[in-house]
Amino acid sequence: MSAPLLEARGLACGYGGADVLRGVDLRLARGELAALLGPNGSGKTTLLMALAGLLPPRSGSVQLAGRDLRSLAPKERARRVSCVPQRLEAPEGFSVRELVRLGRFARTGLFGGYSQDDLDAAEAAMAETGCLDLAERLAAELSGGEYQRVLLARALCQGRELLLLDEPTSALDLARRVEALDLLARLNRAGSTTLLALHDLNLAALYCPRLIFLKAGRVALDGPTRDVFTEENLREIYGADIRVAPHPVTGAPQAHLVPGGAAAVLG
Amino acid sequence: MTAEAGETRAKGRPFWLALTAAASLASALVACGVGSFPSTPAETLRALMQAAGFTAGAPVDPSLAVVIVDIRLARVLLAWCAGAALSVAGCVFQGVLRNPLADAFTLGVSGGAAFGASLAIVSGLAGQAALTGDTALLPACALAGAMLALLLVLGLSRAGGGPLSGLRRETLVLAGIVVSTFLAALISLLKSLDEESVASIVFWIMGSFQGRGFEHLRLVWPYLLVGFGLALWRARELDLLALGETQARLLGLDAGRSRLWLLFAASLLSGAAVAVSGVIGFVGLVAPHLLRLVLGAGHRTLLPASALFGGLLVVWSDVAARTILPGGAELPVGVVTALIGGPFFCLLLARKPLRPLRPLRGALRGSGGGE
Repeated sequence: MSAPLLEARGLACGYGGADVLRGVDLRLARGELAALLGPNGSGKTTLLMALAGLLPPRSGSVQLAGRDLRSLAPKERARRVSCVPQRLEAPEGFSVRELVRLGRFARTGLFGGYSQDDLDAAEAAMAETGCLDLAERLAAELSGGEYQRVLLARALCQGRELLLLDEPTSALDLARRVEALDLLARLNRAGSTTLLALHDLNLAALYCPRLIFLKAGRVALDGPTRDVFTEENLREIYGADIRVAPHPVTGAPQAHLVPGGAAAVLG
Repeated sequence: MTAEAGETRAKGRPFWLALTAAASLASALVACGVGSFPSTPAETLRALMQAAGFTAGAPVDPSLAVVIVDIRLARVLLAWCAGAALSVAGCVFQGVLRNPLADAFTLGVSGGAAFGASLAIVSGLAGQAALTGDTALLPACALAGAMLALLLVLGLSRAGGGPLSGLRRETLVLAGIVVSTFLAALISLLKSLDEESVASIVFWIMGSFQGRGFEHLRLVWPYLLVGFGLALWRARELDLLALGETQARLLGLDAGRSRLWLLFAASLLSGAAVAVSGVIGFVGLVAPHLLRLVLGAGHRTLLPASALFGGLLVVWSDVAARTILPGGAELPVGVVTALIGGPFFCLLLARKPLRPLRPLRGALRGSGGGE
């Protein structure tokens, strides 16, 4: 097997005093589509920020195609890793088109001018994510869901080799959510390696062949969806009574809560 | 669908930029003709052409030509440069600090520059030539003062320990006011210690172009050139910084280094402007904010437009300063910019609620102040 595209080894990092991640080992092969799951505070966002090179490891390392992430120049890293963080507020005074084009910054030259390639990439990314009709609107005036699509467009405009997305569908309504995940699945078939932090267990099981569960800053479970998405595992990780049944159309395992189930497990 | 389709505002940009440039040039021309020996714009143009070695039309009265070229043109050029520098510096400060109220004046940077220059004169560091203000050391001391004041203000307002991007806008401006008031008091003190050296205290505190000419322009042009060059070179980075630390870094910007360069450029520009003109307020707030309403926030257009419009603003303020009082007395130009700028800024505030460029409230808060 060739070197993984992204590999974390014994990764520990955090913000203030205590470590949020406490020794994460993770390998992501080229072409994978994986979901990052886990209860609130388990370290999903922190792990994505560390994998994107924004949060320096306190110990351990992150390697991109065999090279330590810290050894890459910021622009080189940004050309290879596209990341959409969570809960971003839109800046004042920028149109959607301008904002999407900023995704090309890492490819601009000395004075930051855009080439025709850059402009075309921005239009293509907006077309794919259904943002073309928003192109002239001010980013600060969009709804949360619209802005989330714009950020996805900017990530695609930035690059498609490796996508790290933190709750990319949290503000989207149901139809848009399916659209966005269909798009990500399509991009994945076209070669993008994708790691998604998701809150929604069922959406993750429906779209991602591999699930990675974090708990208290460590990888608690990691494997093919059908193997790890079991009642026993979910109960253990989430501390609630959860039943698993196949999806009526695709057959993917889906989790169902049972009323009063938390007490049954915890008590 | 092509990349250019339907970009209404982007298409309007070259037009607005050209319009500002034309207005800026026309203002300079008209301003060269205003004064105790007035001339029409056509006469002024002829005198300027003559001085440049082109003869066209009837020759201009030689004494009028001297007034136009050696006195007024020098002064107008200097006013234009100072205005452009302050305006670009304001635009850069607002972008880097993500604070709509930031500018050389409100941050105390201008006060620092004025103090540095006064100190150089009083201490005799700048030598005998300093008595008239004509020394190459003066802008350097002003620059040092500007940078020290900036460090002091940033230090004061991040006493809580947050990263630059997390600076609260009120704290920043409050620290700026404290520092500039303190420095103004120190300048007054210097003045009272040594009546001879500091030509006029009002010059440093309210700004003036009285008696300023080509020799002053010669002192500061390298500073202005480097400052403008740096700011324009890194204009796109200002766009990224407007997105906040996290997004800027994710898109490949070395945010810490970029901010240092840009703050250095803005200090150069403010220091140079203050060294030759004293403290002129409000230019760096009014020009960029007005232009943002028309041009949007993209700094590759906004910075050159700010330079052109800021220059125009100060040229006209200077015209008002030297003509508004009867009997040839002059008003400090900073009084004029404050009189225009104050109410104008209130209008801007009322027209569009001045929302802060909101800092990211995400998970990364407090993690990556600078690399």
